[in-house]
Amino acid sequence: MDESVAFFLSIFPRLLAALPLTLALTAISGAVGNALAVPVALARLSPNPFLWIPSAIYILLMRGTPLLVQTYLIYYGLGEVLPGSFIQQTFLWEYLKDGFWYAVFAFSLNTAGYTGEILRGAMSAVPKGEIEAAKAYGMSKSLILWRVTLPRAIQICLPAMSGETILLLKATSLASLITVWDVMGTSRQIQKESYRIYEPLLAAGVIYIVTVFILTRLLNFVERRINQHRAAPVSA
Amino acid sequence: MDTTLKVEDLHKKFGQVEVLKGVSLSANTGDVIAMIGSSGSGKSTLLRCINLLETPNSGRVYVNGELIRMKALADGTAKPEDQKQVERIRSKLAMVFQSFNLWTHRTILENVIEAPVHVLGVPKKEAIERAEALLAKVGIADKRNYYPNHLSGGQQQRAAIARALAMEPSVLLFDEPTSALDPELVGEVLQVMRKLAEEGRTMLVVTHEMGFARDVANQIVFLHKGQIEEQGAPREVLSQPKSERLKQFLSSTRH
Repeated sequence: MDESVAFFLSIFPRLLAALPLTLALTAISGAVGNALAVPVALARLSPNPFLWIPSAIYILLMRGTPLLVQTYLIYYGLGEVLPGSFIQQTFLWEYLKDGFWYAVFAFSLNTAGYTGEILRGAMSAVPKGEIEAAKAYGMSKSLILWRVTLPRAIQICLPAMSGETILLLKATSLASLITVWDVMGTSRQIQKESYRIYEPLLAAGVIYIVTVFILTRLLNFVERRINQHRAAPVSA
Repeated sequence: MDTTLKVEDLHKKFGQVEVLKGVSLSANTGDVIAMIGSSGSGKSTLLRCINLLETPNSGRVYVNGELIRMKALADGTAKPEDQKQVERIRSKLAMVFQSFNLWTHRTILENVIEAPVHVLGVPKKEAIERAEALLAKVGIADKRNYYPNHLSGGQQQRAAIARALAMEPSVLLFDEPTSALDPELVGEVLQVMRKLAEEGRTMLVVTHEMGFARDVANQIVFLHKGQIEEQGAPREVLSQPKSERLKQFLSSTRH
């Protein structure tokens, strides 16, 4: 028993060394995915069937199939197609030998689908009167979008979006299945080397839960900052 | 006298219901026109057709002599020919709404400078100076860094009036500006509007405040079922109404 505890404690440095990779996966996929969510939501709200139908199908596919399936399809599918194509001659090839970028690609597309749908709902929930006021003051459609609709929608769906980010952080553990040595990947590596099942899993779990806790606090803080208008008055 | 705003033969249908049945109206510089009438008479729709928040089915609107060009569609509705022209003309017709419609994600000051900076292209520094003067004028200079939801209805409406003034508009359109306010807050808003009328601003006011209409407006328009039933100087219209409907309407409102 003592020996088990000692082993459990001894593997933390190795797992913590992999934490930056997990955080990088989360941050990059989150940023790219949330940015892509804007065009997805806009297309979804468009009256033009050539825009909203593809967007609706995209959202359905991303939310309707397991992320693991998407990740495998992208990793093995692209891995099949890319070698021998012109991509091999470009600077991108350096990156594409690494599972990390396939994971970022898969997670970004998935996040764009989920957040796109959330953002669509939030954009429809922006009070009509505020958009009407923008029109009445001579703002163009694009100005209304950037100055009123989007910032208001993001405020509205911020709690849901930060929830998505937490889910994304945990979902990045799937990258371990495509040779990415993130926290989960490293824990699997330790399992194989040591023939111990539980200690590496438990240690990884501890690292995830502490990270999630810190990230939740951080996102709460950001939410409070951005949603100041709902909080108590500030002094002039 | 120059005609700042001219409306000719405006028609508006919502589905099968004809809400405006050929309304014509004109306002010279400095006119304060109060539009009264029971709910459903079309007075708010008329106001919203002027800045094209509603698209009239037919009719003409001129602002400073410039016609808003419309093209008729096959289904009996119409649409603006040139969206850019609509945006430019809207920026000269500042509107004050019944429910204020301030942008709640921006502070009061940001609300006031938003359209001048991003629509008119006024330098930010200049816009801020002007906004501060306007907020002082409507009596809420100390609330500049507050968010709209932190203010009372009366303060929000005064902020909305400052936002409208910041556009230096040719015409101010008021759509029942005091109807959403608690009774004790109505006075502060009317007082600001009175001041604007005295400055010689051109105003079109849809209102239920008969006292305001009588004392401040120089013209009263009574709408009934989508048509102008009676119009003229307040004294005549309110004290010697000719039409039966206006008599009825006046006896049913306190004044």
